[in-house]
Amino acid sequence: MKIWILRDYSRCVGCRLCEIECSLRHEGIIWPAASRIRIHEYIYGFPIPYLCVQCDDYPCVASCPTKALSVSETGAVLVNEDLCVMCGSCVNVCPGKIPRMVNGKKAVIICDLCGGNPACVEVCESMGFNALKLVRKPAGEVVKAYLTNPHKSSRDLARKLSVF
Amino acid sequence: MFGFWGRLLDINLSTGATKVVEVPEEIFRKYVGGRGLAAWILWRELGSRWEFIDPLGPENILLVLTGPLTGYYPGIKLVVSGKSPQSGGVIGSTVSSELGVELKSAGYDGLMLRGSSEKPVYVYVDDDGVQIRDATSLWGLGGLKLAEALNDLLYKDMKIERGLDTLPSYIYVGPAGENTVRTSVVMSKHTHAAGYGGYGAVMGSKKIKAVVAKGFGPLPRVSNWGEVIELRKEILRELSNRMRIFRYWGTTEGLWYTGYVTSSEPVRNWLEEWHDVRSFSHEEAERKCWVRNLWSDWGCPTSCMKLSRVSEDARPYVTDGPDYEMGAYLGSNLGVFDIESVVKLSALADELGLCGIQTGNVIGFAIELFERGYLTRDDVGCELRWGNTDCITEILHDIAYRRGLGAILAEGTYRAALKLSERVGVDLLKYGVQVKGVAVGAHGIRSGLDYPQKIAYAGSVQGGDHTSTAGTPLKSTESEAFTAFLDSAVICFFNTVDTVKLIKYLNAVTGWGFSEEDVYLSGVRILTIQRVLLLLGGPDVFWDPRIHDDNPERFYEPLTSGPKKGEAPRREDVKIELIKYYEELGWDELGVPKEETLMKLGVSELIREVERVRVRINLNA
Repeated sequence: MKIWILRDYSRCVGCRLCEIECSLRHEGIIWPAASRIRIHEYIYGFPIPYLCVQCDDYPCVASCPTKALSVSETGAVLVNEDLCVMCGSCVNVCPGKIPRMVNGKKAVIICDLCGGNPACVEVCESMGFNALKLVRKPAGEVVKAYLTNPHKSSRDLARKLSVF
Repeated sequence: MFGFWGRLLDINLSTGATKVVEVPEEIFRKYVGGRGLAAWILWRELGSRWEFIDPLGPENILLVLTGPLTGYYPGIKLVVSGKSPQSGGVIGSTVSSELGVELKSAGYDGLMLRGSSEKPVYVYVDDDGVQIRDATSLWGLGGLKLAEALNDLLYKDMKIERGLDTLPSYIYVGPAGENTVRTSVVMSKHTHAAGYGGYGAVMGSKKIKAVVAKGFGPLPRVSNWGEVIELRKEILRELSNRMRIFRYWGTTEGLWYTGYVTSSEPVRNWLEEWHDVRSFSHEEAERKCWVRNLWSDWGCPTSCMKLSRVSEDARPYVTDGPDYEMGAYLGSNLGVFDIESVVKLSALADELGLCGIQTGNVIGFAIELFERGYLTRDDVGCELRWGNTDCITEILHDIAYRRGLGAILAEGTYRAALKLSERVGVDLLKYGVQVKGVAVGAHGIRSGLDYPQKIAYAGSVQGGDHTSTAGTPLKSTESEAFTAFLDSAVICFFNTVDTVKLIKYLNAVTGWGFSEEDVYLSGVRILTIQRVLLLLGGPDVFWDPRIHDDNPERFYEPLTSGPKKGEAPRREDVKIELIKYYEELGWDELGVPKEETLMKLGVSELIREVERVRVRINLNA
């Protein structure tokens, strides 16, 4: 089943526990820069959780010259570390510039939805914040709405509340 | 080495030279990190001529330090230190800032900033090293304007072609720090501050607008990974349950509770410590001001911060909470009980980069002088009376820009009191609620219902710092040795758990095998260095234990209202308690560390400084 991480900006407190848990799950250590989810807080007080939205047309997968990217059963983009040559074409075509090439990593990093049980969602729920929720993936292009530049989102949220 | 890289960046702003300094594990084992490391560095680097060093001169060293638990323990703190322009000693000032994690991720445990730049600069650190960059366009800015300008600058530097990563993290100073105001702070995220110590002025004196870091690597390795993971999980669970109410109300809850229930809140420059204004509370703040009810910093499940906003003439004033200290000091202490006004004043203090506590304290002092006729409208420029928010707003700006009377108040309560006493020919120091140049935090000791230790401030090596108070017994969370340990491991006081578990955590990260005994021993070692440097003081202030190891005069005046009306400690009892406390620490009856204590603590070279202290306060005569 295709799943999706619903992000609720109004509930995100900016604690970054999702980042920490993500790096623990994927890297086995605390390595914030290698977290597949990142919290952007351009206007302090208005954190934006930002991660792969699993586009319906997967431009990154289509663009990969070495076929290192594929789509899993859950709808996540999987990176074959042996095939990735860090050419940056997936970053280039991603409308949200979400895949990242991190110093010290052999391949590009993209959210893999943890095989169906995302660590970020787990910690956000168990800590009682519920800014991230696991849902069935909405059909079509609607998911791309969450590709807005997080700096802009943060600014807009602050504006909405007349903070800025 | 586990939990550390053993590397500090030593940056000279005068010459632009930078180098990496290796710190051996033995030092970390002795001083833990953060505040302890600061005490050690400052002693080694500046100790031999401590009393002659001007905290606002190029000789002072501004330290930005992490601890072994930075990034591993839930929550985040960073220690800012140096020779304090308030006390003349060392204060380990803490602030919530992701900068700690960024520094660690960049491969450093902290920064030493020496000298001073001619032009405004900001220091940028990443995995590739250090850059000293021009900050002319940022100079003069504070609050969200600074954040926007600096974030835009930093965004332009990011390598988006490698994917959109988060912005670097930073600490900075507002206009008050730039103008070397002694009540200024080192700010982070427009509402957080390393408050105590006056390190905003130190940073400003070096012309450093901001210290920025971005790390791309992982945290340093730990000793026992499995145990760290287990303990972290356990503590996260514990905190998220324990902290429910704190999470929803934050420290704003104290505005009413600490006044009405524990009767320990500064009300009108501590003339009272009780009030029954129920609307001066978190509930009122939530209804009228909070735009975000939960706001947290890196790795913290507690989320005690709230984002507040009020608007005046279409201009937003934004702060957190207001948190208790800031709210009490810029609210009840100034006779302001209207929550929206308090949010406005707090937001202004944040924007100007002023410490809410120190500045609220000195303004409360000034208002009392005005009400008593020692200051007039001609001195101030407006009616500086209790609750006159407009005039207080003016004064906040005057302090930050050192204008008129503000230039005197910008020196902090102690120095302002001395100056004004001279001017009017009356001893005004008795109206100043400070200890050793540091205004007392918003927790009174008279009622005994909040801070039960009568020597809390009188015996502290950080003066009026409410986050580092003295107390007995030594081997308990009541003692300053414990706080010194927390600030050296660098964990947030609000996120602490049972001491045994904390030590287990430290050991799992560092592999040191610390016992409870070791923890207190390191605490005492840190306090001992801090105490000696404090007593050396200088160049403009010196403390005599016989005079200055005491509560402010006001704390001996019986409470005039509330459930503990009539209560006040007796000076004789405070003296007795102090001697008992000093004895536990291995200090003599005046609080001068004994030689045998120095030996026991492994800091026998400190004897040179102790000797100078003894000469200065005529103990050898």
